[in-house]
Amino acid sequence: MATANKTPVLTVEHVTMRFGGLTAVSDLSFEANRNEITALIGPNGAGKTTVFNCITGFYKPTEGKIALRHADGSEFLLERMDDFRIAQHAKVARTFQNIRLFSGMTVLENLMVAQHNKLMVASGYTVAGVLGSSHYRRAEKDAIELAKAWLEKVRLIDRADDPAGDLPYGDQRRLEIARAMCTEPRLLCLDEPAAGLNPRESEELNKLLRAIRSENDVSILLIEHDMSVVMGISDHIVVLDYGQKISDGTPHHVKSDPAVIRAYLGVDEEEEEKDALAAKAVAEAVGDQA
Amino acid sequence: MASQKASAAKAGAYDWPAIIKDLLGTAFVSLLIMVPIVAYKSVITQYSLVLVSRWTEVFVILALLLGVRLFMHLFVWNRAPSPVAADAKPAGPAKASLSERIGPWVFPLLVAVAFALPFLAGFERRPIDLGIYILTYVMLAWGLNIVVGLAGLLDLGYVAFYAVGAYAYALLSTVYFPYWFGDGMVPWAFYITLPIAGLLAALWGVILGFPVLRLRGDYLAIVTLAFGEIIRLVLINWFDFTNGPQGITVPKATFFGLPFKAGDDGFAAFFGIEHNRIHYYVFLYYVILLLALLTYFVTNRLRRLPIGRAWEALREDEIACRSLGINTTNTKLTAFAIGAMFGGFAGCFFATRQGFVSPESFVFIESAIILAIVVLGGLGSQIGIVFAAIAIMGSFELFRELSVFQEYLPEGTDPVHFRMLAVGLAMVLMMRFRPRGFVTRRQPTVFLKERKAVSGDLVKEGHG
Repeated sequence: MATANKTPVLTVEHVTMRFGGLTAVSDLSFEANRNEITALIGPNGAGKTTVFNCITGFYKPTEGKIALRHADGSEFLLERMDDFRIAQHAKVARTFQNIRLFSGMTVLENLMVAQHNKLMVASGYTVAGVLGSSHYRRAEKDAIELAKAWLEKVRLIDRADDPAGDLPYGDQRRLEIARAMCTEPRLLCLDEPAAGLNPRESEELNKLLRAIRSENDVSILLIEHDMSVVMGISDHIVVLDYGQKISDGTPHHVKSDPAVIRAYLGVDEEEEEKDALAAKAVAEAVGDQA
Repeated sequence: MASQKASAAKAGAYDWPAIIKDLLGTAFVSLLIMVPIVAYKSVITQYSLVLVSRWTEVFVILALLLGVRLFMHLFVWNRAPSPVAADAKPAGPAKASLSERIGPWVFPLLVAVAFALPFLAGFERRPIDLGIYILTYVMLAWGLNIVVGLAGLLDLGYVAFYAVGAYAYALLSTVYFPYWFGDGMVPWAFYITLPIAGLLAALWGVILGFPVLRLRGDYLAIVTLAFGEIIRLVLINWFDFTNGPQGITVPKATFFGLPFKAGDDGFAAFFGIEHNRIHYYVFLYYVILLLALLTYFVTNRLRRLPIGRAWEALREDEIACRSLGINTTNTKLTAFAIGAMFGGFAGCFFATRQGFVSPESFVFIESAIILAIVVLGGLGSQIGIVFAAIAIMGSFELFRELSVFQEYLPEGTDPVHFRMLAVGLAMVLMMRFRPRGFVTRRQPTVFLKERKAVSGDLVKEGHG
């Protein structure tokens, strides 16, 4: 689907990330298309979260270029921007593998914090807000409305006034997505959103992500281990192994790519021996490069 | 009813071997402590040092201890734990709702009492002085609460901003205003300097903020502590500017230009009342009350603005803040600056109340006391801070007054010496019973249907 206007929203070119002697990501290039769901998969330690951290500015890549293009044509070079500026100006929002909510604040407050920059301007950088300007009060009301809309979408409206730390795990995952969406992002990066969810909850997550993609001007980049989520909703999959891209394409293409099967999805029993040899060869090849 | 019966049935059967074992253990531990401390006393006679044994006292104390412990075993600790717990559980939410029902009335009541205090006290000097003293610390603690309680940045050098405010008033009113504008300006100096003192303190807040932005937790605490000391040492050593350890005598504040003095141009003559020195103290009392209320309302409003929410979010999770596009550098700096600004206001007031400033007033223990008030009140809680300030500063004053107990104490002991002991004991009791301060519940800043306080267990303390 969405093959008609395939313009890349995110272009990752030759990105390498080294931590001391360890190369977590090496010479990675891929593109994520506008209004598509791109999944980043790979075995544990393949460097997926490192790629995320480079895109969202939490790490500065050692080499390479990461460009984000909005629909209006403005371009941001993410590898040169601070993390909060990426969120503020380039409009990239993210969630975390280990949920990072403001647990001592209520669900609604979490979503209000997400609209900080917009409200900051509305409150005249606090000065007008302290003096009680009506402009700010209106802006705050709008912000609450937006938060309410998202709470309804993630079915948390009844828990709006409860502390975020009190929510069950699955609800916290959904709240984190809602909080990211309240920043009105152009690119939403989800780091294992289905981790710890039961099959029913993952199915619900699939629906939510599809709805987000179709109802908002947003592209989604996703790290996930849960294949039912990845294969169910992705338009495009990038497979990493040992920090390198080993496959890139549609779910159908990736599923049948022998490299992926070898490195990631496992092989038939009779092929196991052959695969072990192949894996060894790959490991040696990687070792030679490093 | 059923649970009561169950506990009564359980109460019938004492586990005597366990009780005796416990009592023997108690006796052993108490003897271990008491033999060196109580059993022997060294008495200095005219010629020598004599060791007096006091075994009777030892056994009296031991008997008392064992008696209390046995009583606890028989009547308190033997209750079956599970029904008690089950009984206590439903009481929890009910109690919370009671405190929540009273909650909104506490602050208005406190303000009403505070406004009426000079009248309630019959215009006596001592209670008004005590009121000024406590309110100064309430204001300082409210200011520090922005940095520590809301933004979660541990600042051990808050007194530096207090000093900046105090010296701003002292230097401007005695040196610079007379030099720039002549003596006519001096009566108005307090009103003009007050905002300047706040701004200067805020500026120093930012100056301190910059280098410590990357630090967290213990490291932040140490650097802020050092900053507090640096300011004090500069005040001592920069003799030409600050007059060093000799300090500066500061003019009194006036009632909008009317000095509090006996003459015809004084405050009393203008209002046609008899001159009384107490007028000045009542005036000071209301000034600090208004300043403290300003701090309260501004802070309260800030909490409901994006900046205040960002402070609290920063305390909860800094990385999540950055992922939402919040500039954490600016957020921390504003917390430092606004907290410092209120410290500067308080310092300016302190200078005029004291009539004299010297570096001695701005030692580390002041920062520690202010921080203790914030922590005892409950991080982030403004009402809790009022009670904590009354408890801590009030008890300090109380111990000055304890000469009443003099006759019960051994000769040569001064009750004032027990002050720090009592503070220590209070701290231990607090750690045991209210480890998160008086008020642990956090009030949300915005709500959809109902305002539900957030339990203190979920609220983080910040990581520096």
